[in-house]
Amino acid sequence: MKREVIENIPEQFTQVIKPGTGLFELNLKEVWRYRDLLFLFVKRDFSAQYKQTILGPLWHFLQPALTAIMFLILFGKIANIPTDGIEPILFYLSGITLWNYFSACLTSTATTFTGNAAIFGKVYFPRLVLPLSVILSNLIRFGIQFLLLLLVMIAYAFKANYFYIGWSWLWIPALLLLMAMFGLGFGIIISSLTTKYRDFAVLLSFAVQLAMYITPVAYPMSFLKSKSYATWIQWNPLTPVIETFRYALFGVGQVNYGSLLYSLGVTIVALVIGLLLFNKVEKTFMDTV
Amino acid sequence: MSNLVIKAENISKQYRLGTVGTGSFAHDVNRLWYKVRGKEDPYLRIGETNVRNQQGTTGYVWALHEINFQVEQGDVLGIIGRNGAGKSTLLKVLSRTTAPTTGSIKVKGRIASLLEVGTGFHPELTGRENIFLNGAILGMTKKEIKRKFDEIVDFAGVERYIDTPVKRYSSGMYVRLAFGVAAHLEPEILVVDEVLAVGDAEFQKKALGKMKDVSQNEGRTVLFVSHNMAAVQNLCNRGMLLQHGTVAGLGPIEEVIRLYQKMNEQAAGNWENMNRKGEGVCKVMRLSFEDENGKERSHFQLGDFLNFKLSVINSSEIIQDRIRIILGIYNLNSEGILRFDTQATGANFELHPGQSEIICRLDEHLNIRPDTYYVNIALFKGDSMQDYMEKAVSFEIDNCDYYGSGRTIDSPELAKVFLRHSWFEQHKMHNEK
Repeated sequence: MKREVIENIPEQFTQVIKPGTGLFELNLKEVWRYRDLLFLFVKRDFSAQYKQTILGPLWHFLQPALTAIMFLILFGKIANIPTDGIEPILFYLSGITLWNYFSACLTSTATTFTGNAAIFGKVYFPRLVLPLSVILSNLIRFGIQFLLLLLVMIAYAFKANYFYIGWSWLWIPALLLLMAMFGLGFGIIISSLTTKYRDFAVLLSFAVQLAMYITPVAYPMSFLKSKSYATWIQWNPLTPVIETFRYALFGVGQVNYGSLLYSLGVTIVALVIGLLLFNKVEKTFMDTV
Repeated sequence: MSNLVIKAENISKQYRLGTVGTGSFAHDVNRLWYKVRGKEDPYLRIGETNVRNQQGTTGYVWALHEINFQVEQGDVLGIIGRNGAGKSTLLKVLSRTTAPTTGSIKVKGRIASLLEVGTGFHPELTGRENIFLNGAILGMTKKEIKRKFDEIVDFAGVERYIDTPVKRYSSGMYVRLAFGVAAHLEPEILVVDEVLAVGDAEFQKKALGKMKDVSQNEGRTVLFVSHNMAAVQNLCNRGMLLQHGTVAGLGPIEEVIRLYQKMNEQAAGNWENMNRKGEGVCKVMRLSFEDENGKERSHFQLGDFLNFKLSVINSSEIIQDRIRIILGIYNLNSEGILRFDTQATGANFELHPGQSEIICRLDEHLNIRPDTYYVNIALFKGDSMQDYMEKAVSFEIDNCDYYGSGRTIDSPELAKVFLRHSWFEQHKMHNEK
């Protein structure tokens, strides 16, 4: 076999491995090429969790149901906080369902690098596939919990002889997307920051727990109207999302477009910063993780 | 048209030693400060070559330093070198699990790595599910995997277990399945690191065959890292020798292996830095080879006589009895060839305090294949191991006119042992009475 080497024809090479990428080379095309992997990860997350269980995904009913009952006792009965005229159990359940989705997205994307170092260390695929798969597999979990919510709503509809359904339901997917992007954005920011210094990881699960109390999950914003700290809770970008979610489901109150836009703005900023950091860190995090 | 598929230019990879903490944070801040002012990273200048047993001064080392090489389509490049030479780091950079500190590699086509088989196997998932997951992690699409599914299962020989979680698999089945998936990838460039260390002999043969097939029949490029010189020689056509993170040799595989062997010889015989095990009350301080006339040599000819001369030290105050010495002679592939054991001949030694010399004289001449041989030395007192060194020294046997026919032996690599013999035609018995 005869070999001829002609050098300096760089156009032929299909990729270049080099130290750093430019800030905005996101390589989303590559993520798209790996979409099969994305869905297999979702499937893995979901099916591996229920191997060797009998109830399987039904376990997802338990956590929100128990939390809602706890809230009912704690905030409804003991603290006597009103629920905007919504049936209390539905009020709590709706808040918990959406909040769970956000907190699951955030906490599990935050461990993207540290938790998957074993795989990342051996083989290359676009790292972004993993946090995206987390968002999607949590969406399935959200779906299951939303189903629980619907079932309880239908049960109460028989009792009250009234079931609200309207155009406002169209808000739900949009709010869900907003929540997903927000969780993803903050999650990958934290995962990028924790590859070298683990300080943030220690804080996270605790912070998420506390954040729930400054978000109107267990109380309505209307309850805080005259309180001085209400504005602080208004500044929480998650507040409008949860409030609008309840409006969408139950038709109580109205949409505050201004604060929703504010949430959207924060989300986009978080997502952009997150993607930039992630893109920078994914190249060399194996050396420091 | 150019056949180049990989072109690496000035690849360097720097690592910081020690732990991550406030010290590294201070360096990070400093680095950022330099970057903000548009200056070069100050820590890139101070890196040292990666020599493990020397004390460095800066805490930064170059695991790879200014590596340049090119690989052409269809080449099987064997990457060899001692532990810590940078082989695995280079493969990591090539397979994009970490980025180089400086330099660039241009690649034509898809690279898939077998840095460790079974990456991403989930123990709870079945064989079937894992084939799809692992295939996708390695860069295949679902369609590709579906097409290859039966072939993979067949290659791994796990038809019966395909719907059982892989945590129930035997380790052999697990590895076979994992390698099966990886081997059926269709990347233009395949990166393989020591995967062949696992599995039984039959499977190893299968795996090697598959790799050969991939490179020769399908024209793919393979980069292969291994310590198994026989496998490297068998599979690769070109070699790259790494030493302390730099390229020490690049070229046809035979030449590179020879260079590597020479490097090992120089390292052997360095008695101070020898890696020893054992209690160390009695130690072997030196081993040399002498010919019949007592002259020290390290090259012998087929048919020569050889004596091993050992300097042994007893560092205690008392006489040590029941001393047993074993000399194991190994070839480059770590196959045991000869073994000399005091227990086998019934020789019983006592060592007086201080230094003694012990000779092992061979009563037969050397009739093993012309090659390089390593000596492993072990010294026991009773059952307790006092001293043990692997590849302490090496000697070489050269081809010669062993049979006295006027010429050297043809293709000596085809045999391991040579015996003097003669050929003749037997006279026919004429029983015609």
